[in-house]
Amino acid sequence: MIHIKELHKSFGKNKVLSGINLDIETNGIFAVLGPNGSGKTTLIKSILGMVLPQKGTITVNGGPIKKNWKYREQIDYLPQIANFPGNLKVRELIRMIQDLRRKPSEEQRLITLFQLEPFMDKRLSTLSGGTKQKVNIVLTFMFDCPLIVLDEPTTGLDPASLIHLKGLIREEKEKGKTILITSHIMQFVAEVANTIVYILEGKIYFKGSIPELKEQTRQNDLEHAIAAIANAKNHA
Amino acid sequence: MLKILKYSFFDLIRSRWSYVYFLFYLLLGFVLLFLNNDVSKAVITLMNIIIVLVPLIGTIFGVMYYYNSKEFTELLLAQPIRRSSIFLGQYFGVAGSQTMSLVLGLGIPFVMYGLFKSDAIFDFSLLLVTGAFLTLIFTALSFNIALSNENKIKGFGYAVLLWLFLAVIYDGLFLMSLIIFKEYPLDTFSLAATMFNPIDLSRILILLELDISALLGYTGAVFKKFFGTQTGLIISIVMLVIWTAIPLWWLTYKAKRKDF
Repeated sequence: MIHIKELHKSFGKNKVLSGINLDIETNGIFAVLGPNGSGKTTLIKSILGMVLPQKGTITVNGGPIKKNWKYREQIDYLPQIANFPGNLKVRELIRMIQDLRRKPSEEQRLITLFQLEPFMDKRLSTLSGGTKQKVNIVLTFMFDCPLIVLDEPTTGLDPASLIHLKGLIREEKEKGKTILITSHIMQFVAEVANTIVYILEGKIYFKGSIPELKEQTRQNDLEHAIAAIANAKNHA
Repeated sequence: MLKILKYSFFDLIRSRWSYVYFLFYLLLGFVLLFLNNDVSKAVITLMNIIIVLVPLIGTIFGVMYYYNSKEFTELLLAQPIRRSSIFLGQYFGVAGSQTMSLVLGLGIPFVMYGLFKSDAIFDFSLLLVTGAFLTLIFTALSFNIALSNENKIKGFGYAVLLWLFLAVIYDGLFLMSLIIFKEYPLDTFSLAATMFNPIDLSRILILLELDISALLGYTGAVFKKFFGTQTGLIISIVMLVIWTAIPLWWLTYKAKRKDF
């Protein structure tokens, strides 16, 4: 599905990605982890074509993404910070995205699931952070795309919504989709992810399943394992 | 692109500022006609106002809209849409809504006053076309400034400075250079200098059409002598088109290479 080869990106003097190689071939849930500022969001934005790398190639579903935009029809993206045009109402925003993508969507089920009905006619600028995130999730999951990219999906969610979100992610996985998630909540990652991709200093430092990671670091839980590989790098 | 244009345009014509801008022109049109009692004279007064005000409003609206719609832009960038469509759609939304305010705001009073029966109809249409061009040019310039400045205050400052330079300072520098170098032949220099300022170009375009030699000034006179009225008109319109096209091309060029 996604092939990334020798990806380099720096913002001014700040080198963010230095030679990322990543192949995501199978279906399932891939958790992209790493400390703050390790380049997770930059990697995801590169896949979406929002950040343009200096070197390296990315192919999504067989085609290179450079100077291409059609491939984004295959991707559902949940941005990290839900920035929406403030003067639009929730209903108008959903309708606008539907109009732009022209695909069948199932927003009604998601609106009911996240109990968003009372907010449908409110302006986005008046919503709380958690409610905005719910709208964000509705916009992402209402289309049926083979590739889903979630950047910090749990931000601001209450426990009930978090359970719904996990349910949604599992549902999509069972449909045979590829899902890319970044998160700092290890409990969440441990529950949903099949494969861990650990980025450190702009490079892929580890790629494998959770049991492999635990074995390699000789730790019993994921949180300590992740902390251990970050430390191992520091000592080396 | 048309879809983005549609959303930007409807978003803008719902906003208060478009109404304020429209009502301002409406009021201006009525007051001018009331004071002048003559369509042709009102057109001249109107020209002086349009040539300074339209660029200023175009610049400020352009910068403000770009920064205000940042979230909208980010949302769109992740959708299957061309980057150039996003930015050009937004640009034409802003420029289009301003042009509509201008044309309707000035058109309504003049039509009510009997524009269609007077012989000033062509002059008046040319004035509106020039106003539309100035809107397009200055909105494009301000979009470029906003795109290359993440910092709002900086972007705003540069945009206002650009307007100030082209509307006021440029003429001052131009006049000073004419005085300093008066011993030399300055025809070609003054022609070129006019071409490089869309505001001067618009002024000459309208004055050539109105055929008022007293108001033409030095550059206008050179322009008329060099090209004649007919060719002069065509050349200045072509230059205005170029002035619109280059910033737009630069806008899409820059937008395709920016990280978001």
